[in-house]
Amino acid sequence: MTISAEAPEDAASEAVRKFGITVEDYMLPARHQIQMVGPDGTLNPHTEQGTQPGHEYALPGDEELLAAYEQLVVGRRVNDQNSALVRQGRMAVYPSSHGQEACQVAAALCLSDGDWMFPTYRDSVAVMARGVDPVQTMTLFRGDWHGGYDPTKHKVGIQCTPLTTQLLHGVGVAHAAKLRGEDTVVLAMCGDGATSEGDFHEALNFAAVFHLPVVFLVQNNQYAISVPLAHQSVAPSLAHKAVGYGMAGERVDGNDIVALLAVLGRAVRLAREGSGPLLVEAHTYRMQAHTNADDATRYRQDSEVAQWVAKDPLSRMETYLTDRGLLDDERAAGIAEKAEAVATQLREGLSEEVPVEPQDLFKYVFSTPTPQLKEQSALLADELSREEAAK
Amino acid sequence: MSPTITTSSEANGNVSAATARAAAKAAVVAEQAGPQTITLAKALNSAMADAMHTDPSVLVFGEDVGMLGGVFRITDGLTKTFGKDRCFDTPLAESGIVGMAVGMAMNGMRPVIEMQFDAFAYPAFEQIVSHVAKMHNRTKGAVKLPMVIRVPYAGGIGGVEHHCDSSEAYYAHTAGLKVFTPATVADGYRMLREAIDSDDPVMFMEPKKLYWSKDQVDLDALRAEHAENTARGTSSEGRAAVARPGTDATLIAYGPSVPTALAAAAAAAEEGRSLEVIDVRSIVPFDDETVCASVRKTGRAVVIAEAHGFASVSSEIVARVQERCFHHLAAPIRRVTGFDVPYPAPKLEHYYLPGVDRILDAVDDLQWED
Repeated sequence: MTISAEAPEDAASEAVRKFGITVEDYMLPARHQIQMVGPDGTLNPHTEQGTQPGHEYALPGDEELLAAYEQLVVGRRVNDQNSALVRQGRMAVYPSSHGQEACQVAAALCLSDGDWMFPTYRDSVAVMARGVDPVQTMTLFRGDWHGGYDPTKHKVGIQCTPLTTQLLHGVGVAHAAKLRGEDTVVLAMCGDGATSEGDFHEALNFAAVFHLPVVFLVQNNQYAISVPLAHQSVAPSLAHKAVGYGMAGERVDGNDIVALLAVLGRAVRLAREGSGPLLVEAHTYRMQAHTNADDATRYRQDSEVAQWVAKDPLSRMETYLTDRGLLDDERAAGIAEKAEAVATQLREGLSEEVPVEPQDLFKYVFSTPTPQLKEQSALLADELSREEAAK
Repeated sequence: MSPTITTSSEANGNVSAATARAAAKAAVVAEQAGPQTITLAKALNSAMADAMHTDPSVLVFGEDVGMLGGVFRITDGLTKTFGKDRCFDTPLAESGIVGMAVGMAMNGMRPVIEMQFDAFAYPAFEQIVSHVAKMHNRTKGAVKLPMVIRVPYAGGIGGVEHHCDSSEAYYAHTAGLKVFTPATVADGYRMLREAIDSDDPVMFMEPKKLYWSKDQVDLDALRAEHAENTARGTSSEGRAAVARPGTDATLIAYGPSVPTALAAAAAAAEEGRSLEVIDVRSIVPFDDETVCASVRKTGRAVVIAEAHGFASVSSEIVARVQERCFHHLAAPIRRVTGFDVPYPAPKLEHYYLPGVDRILDAVDDLQWED
């Protein structure tokens, strides 16, 4: 692997030679979003699956699809369990990815163990699918601490609330790995509203200029809280933005996990092989409100939501796998059992009242507390001991 | 695999007095032995070069820091010596520079990044406040960010708009950031080495009007001092210094105001008044002990800073000293700071900046007749 902080003269030239197409055809997304399995669960004709030169995708294998389906079912159960826990007052807030589970699962499954993921606050299911403990993942939303897992353990950045700021962290992780000659790929995630932020631009540009192995995944769920995509961007698609940075863009049906695995799998492979960064826009829908604190009826019609219910990522996969004879009642029951086990883990883990430690306030500000923090820590300790004595 | 780049943790495991001495021996620019006259710019440059020699995970990047050597030439020669992987130019985007450095620090590197001017660092404010300062806290110490953000700051150079801000209070107000500011050539070397060694992020505020100030400094002695501190696990980090001893009143200053305070103390001495000058050096953490020991001794204090006085580092210093030294004070603590106006145009800046006369007027006001 060439080690250089400088981009090659023409980042796309190698890919162009490889596919025998123009730079524009390489960088611009395919004429239609890539879809393999339609909303009714039937496989699209081969010619419609993504066969344009430079945009050719292979159907993932059966084992991969079954593993993905299992994670989809778990992810849906996690979303619904967490929303229930918020209603019961067990969690402060939960931004649900109900309806976006295909994106969540594919984001985790397309990566190898040595790769990194940089998720947003709505990507809890992706974080868990990557292997992070479910209860640790939810610590942030329960309110015990502003994060519950060690990002280095599963190579998952801490879930990020300030929009697109985490994309740059992904760029930095990829840059460091590249300088050391490691073959790490970074998947950096954001939503459609986030593409309006300045750091989206800076991250894509830095990744392209330094020719870094980063796959940017935009989950276009159509809304930034209440504001629809039309108010964020009038670009032909968000994937078209890639060409402005000199990288390849692609759009994919974000409720079709078969297409997502194919598109993200290929993007990760190309990035690992040295293609530079890629941008994938997944068309999906936030089926529920922004969070429990939001009222989606104020800004969208039930009829619109109903259209997307028909495109649900779970039901189409269930139909497809059943029709293929890959999923029977016994296997479905086994998967449901696994999903229930995770839900139980969440219920039990989050129902338990874990006492917080007031002195933790001072412990993690610096590697060694400053004299000022030591003073403040003593102040609080004294206050608490007097309270205790007065009891 | 690049043979010259390893992770910070690997590198740290090996840092010993011996390797530090070896690095010192292999110092980038061959200098003559013994004390010599160098600038603050040269001291900062030597600190980065020595750190890069010692630890292959130390990287330098920013705008124009490569072949140009930075607009102030602080990174001069680093690309030539260490190659384009170790010192390089980035696209012109400060949030991108800081955000990328966060990721690099998460992944084993020790980035030392340059914000070209104080007021050009503001696009990176979100990254600094929301991530650089908080990552260690959010992850309960699982992720440390050993990174240095160098900021040429403050005025006195006749700079046009947006080139002369005193932005230290923004950073000092943010929990999780260390804020250092050297005032002498030797401290330029000493403190930048300490900042690079720190496992916590450091805002390194460089008084740009002092870049070309000169002093007799023995770089080899400073290298040996750093090696010894590394071996012993000691340092001057977080400590203020007595820049000039005195008995009648204390002038508390930092960064660009330290030479002004020293000039005021020299002028006061001619009038028979002995002023002690404290160089704060580290705004965060703050050395209450050294500052308060001086004020308890003299009983009078003036705090001097270029920044606006309102809600500033100088107000914090006054509050701290008042809380700790009230019964030792013979007079209210005075401040001499910049006025609460946007940093003025070059032809007006001398009205704005704290000067010797304004400091001496404040000293005269410290109720000597009582």
